[in-house]
Amino acid sequence: MASRLLQFATPQAFFPLAGKLVPWFSVLAGALALAGLYVAFLVAPTDHQQGESYRIIFIHVPAAWMSMFLYVVMAGWAGLGLALNTRLSGMMSSAIAPTGAMFTFVALWSGALWGRPTWGAYWVWDARLTSELVLLFLYLGFIALKSAIPDPVRADRAGAILALVGVVNVPIIYFSVQWWNTLHQGASVSLTRAPSMAAAMLLGMLLMALAAWMYSIATALSRVRSIILERERDAEWVRMQRSAA
Amino acid sequence: MLQAYAFIVRRELRLALRRKGDVLNVLVFFIVVASLFPLGVGPEPGQLRAMAAGVVWIAALLAAVLSLPRLFAADHADGTLEQMLVSPQPLLVIVLSKASAHWLLTGLPLALTAPLIGLQYDLPTDALGVLLASLLIGTPVLSLLGSAGAALTLGVHGGGALLGLLVLPLFVPVLVFGAGAVTSTLIGINPSAHLSLLGAFLAVSSLIGPWAACAALRVALD
Repeated sequence: MASRLLQFATPQAFFPLAGKLVPWFSVLAGALALAGLYVAFLVAPTDHQQGESYRIIFIHVPAAWMSMFLYVVMAGWAGLGLALNTRLSGMMSSAIAPTGAMFTFVALWSGALWGRPTWGAYWVWDARLTSELVLLFLYLGFIALKSAIPDPVRADRAGAILALVGVVNVPIIYFSVQWWNTLHQGASVSLTRAPSMAAAMLLGMLLMALAAWMYSIATALSRVRSIILERERDAEWVRMQRSAA
Repeated sequence: MLQAYAFIVRRELRLALRRKGDVLNVLVFFIVVASLFPLGVGPEPGQLRAMAAGVVWIAALLAAVLSLPRLFAADHADGTLEQMLVSPQPLLVIVLSKASAHWLLTGLPLALTAPLIGLQYDLPTDALGVLLASLLIGTPVLSLLGSAGAALTLGVHGGGALLGLLVLPLFVPVLVFGAGAVTSTLIGINPSAHLSLLGAFLAVSSLIGPWAACAALRVALD
């Protein structure tokens, strides 16, 4: 079983498998997002404190979850590549990074749009907002470092070291920012003050979170296909693909 | 191993003292940046006192980022770094000694100058002492984590700005606890909690930074 799975560790074997999987995950992502949006806009009740503006959490919370989770997944792939010297791992971490950065940005942006009617400001230096912003910087640093090094093997290893250092630092940064926040300003606004959630709200949020998962897998797989083709462009099997197409 | 450590530190110091300009430039940069803030925000003493620690710390972070590219660059250019890599001494000792020398040449002078800037910002005496202490504990972190950033961007095109992008987010805890120690002194809270956390972060980064720098150097010179 393990050896049958491991045969997909070579880019050549993984390329067609990823090609087969992408449509499935895309369809799942679309279906789940439609169901989630249906629940979010038509089933979930209006919040008695925040009115209709709370509905942005159906985008915001899944995006924030994915932004943190994808960083760990990316660092995991990067570490695997560093430890086992597998080519595909580095490509996977490169493929995940833009999706993670996108979700971080969406979480910040949707949070700002929610904060304006609720807190009266697009941006407050809340601990979560600030650490999410630092997370975006970490993603951008990872992408920038990888794109600055022309040799892909070296880029993968350097990126992996950076991702591992980052993943150790993320909890420390979050903790320090929280500490800083309580020193500088009282917790006049808090994300946790929201009333306990209705079942329909939770359902909508979970559906949207699952949709975000499927979307992330689909985009990472289709992006890794492009990276494989780009890096293996001189390999025999890619040439044969090209002549067959 | 200790001999090798002491030897490389002495070598780095001797090389730096033959080109005093490089060391002094970083220090002058630090003072200039810190002196520009009152011109930007106005000379109101209360406001300046409140922002003094943050200004000094951010100027120190920028000065560190400015000085870090030189940590390995010269030795990389003339091939010394490759000889160090193949030498029987552990790479970790070499990285640690280079980071120590970097701190002696940048972090220590910055820390010793900082109380002077604090005076310009009208900080009371006890806060000046805390500022000095926070910089003495915090600036080694900049050299240790920074050595990893310098090794990662070694020989990379446009490495200077990239180095800032890589290491500045990692310096966030140093900034928070370092400036926080001084600010808490100003409002009458004992700064020892902040300084202890700063020390804890120094311990963590002395573990992560040199390890990552060694790995990155092996990648860069592969």
